[in-house]
Amino acid sequence: MALLTASDLSLGYDGKVIAEKLNFSVSSGDYLCIIGANGSGKTTLMKTILHLKEPLKGQIQMGEGLCKNEIEYLPQQSLVQKDFPASVREIVLSGCQGRCGLRPFYTGKEKELALENMQRMGVESLANRCFRELSGGQQQRVLLARALCATKKMLFLDEPVAGLDPDATEKMYDLIARLNREGITILMISHDRDTALQYASHVLQLGENPFFGTKAVYLQGQRREAK
Amino acid sequence: MVEKFFLYLQYPFVQYALIVGVLIALCSSLLGVTLVLKRFSYIGDGLSHVAFGAMTVAAVCKVTNEMLIILPVTVLSAVLLLRSGQNAKIKGDAAIALISVSALAFGYLLMNLFSTSSNLSGDVCSTLFGSTSILTLTEKEVRICLILSVVVVLTFILFYNKIFAITFDETFAKATGTNVNAYNLLVAIVIAVIIVLAMNLVGSLLISALVIFPALSAMRLFRSFRAVTVCSAVLSVICAFVGIVVSILAGTPVGSTIVAMDGMAFLLCCVGGKVAGGGR
Repeated sequence: MALLTASDLSLGYDGKVIAEKLNFSVSSGDYLCIIGANGSGKTTLMKTILHLKEPLKGQIQMGEGLCKNEIEYLPQQSLVQKDFPASVREIVLSGCQGRCGLRPFYTGKEKELALENMQRMGVESLANRCFRELSGGQQQRVLLARALCATKKMLFLDEPVAGLDPDATEKMYDLIARLNREGITILMISHDRDTALQYASHVLQLGENPFFGTKAVYLQGQRREAK
Repeated sequence: MVEKFFLYLQYPFVQYALIVGVLIALCSSLLGVTLVLKRFSYIGDGLSHVAFGAMTVAAVCKVTNEMLIILPVTVLSAVLLLRSGQNAKIKGDAAIALISVSALAFGYLLMNLFSTSSNLSGDVCSTLFGSTSILTLTEKEVRICLILSVVVVLTFILFYNKIFAITFDETFAKATGTNVNAYNLLVAIVIAVIIVLAMNLVGSLLISALVIFPALSAMRLFRSFRAVTVCSAVLSVICAFVGIVVSILAGTPVGSTIVAMDGMAFLLCCVGGKVAGGGR
């Protein structure tokens, strides 16, 4: 049984279908890259998997003891307000919120976890800095640390490198690959197909030529088309 | 001057005014940070107009305990405004403007049609600007205010981390399994309670100032959520205290004096923030 299985899934909003008959599955340790043109339903798919939205048809099954709150995501940038006063430590710690339930305060263990994840992402030296004063790459790493506080299993990244300079982009991809090697399943939406494909193990293409399979098969298909 | 102040301090109405003023300032500043960051700065204004409308209805119907009408109506409007924030057909600021203007007009209309008082414009003016009501508080009102303030402060402390999470990134909080809707509802109710309380102090027109000024001032100086919250609470309490004292000594209207103090504090914080920022 895979971690996540989508069968005959239709996506859309207000009754309008934007993607239908999606079938794919994600196993533990996979690195799935989701590609497709603008408006092909990538972000809607993410929202459906995160349970922020109901699918129009079909279903998504979770396996291997994956709870719906154990998929965490890294949002596209610019969601966070420009003038929000918040220190890096406060933001990373807020990733532990899901564990709290009704408990009002964080435990020492959760604070440790936050610190650990800040070290993992190399942002512990920024702990007391204000989030809005950081560079784009640093902000992404802080948000990634927050997401890591919330999950140990699966991360959903929505265009993690949008707006980053080439140097920061490469760093970001390396970081994600490292997390994948450490056992976290990665789902990533990307525009930057070629670079993303370097790292991915599986590919899901939405839009006109829907495709799901391993990277090797996808690249073979591409080569055949090119001939 | 100092002697005069201590002489006044012996009167219970001055003590009441100081207690209630400081408590309301504390409560309103706590949620001010969240409201400003959620882009709901004007909700204080809108809701206070709703409360004004409800008050006139209560007055016209000759209900003895006005709170029984004002509080539920205001809470309901707050819930409607804050809940529909995301997917409403009429978006945040427009919805607030719509509700606030119609409540204000409706309230004034009712007062005009059914008022028994000879000094109508005086009545309207004092409910809008809260000119004297804080100096005519009864012991019972002070007690109600005390209890509600304690509830508000406790709620805020207990849910501080959750309020931070839903203010900073609502979608993320939702995906992590936080019950965002429930907490938004809680925030809405607390805000409505604060506004109804604050009407006594500064009147409905100046409530926004009490909610927004301390938060904005603190945001000039500090850069973490906790520091901003603490600072805005402290600033707000100081301004309210000094404002009430000045207004009693100088005989100025209480509400506008407090707001003037808040305004001055804001200017000072702006300068302070510039100096500290330039030095870095």
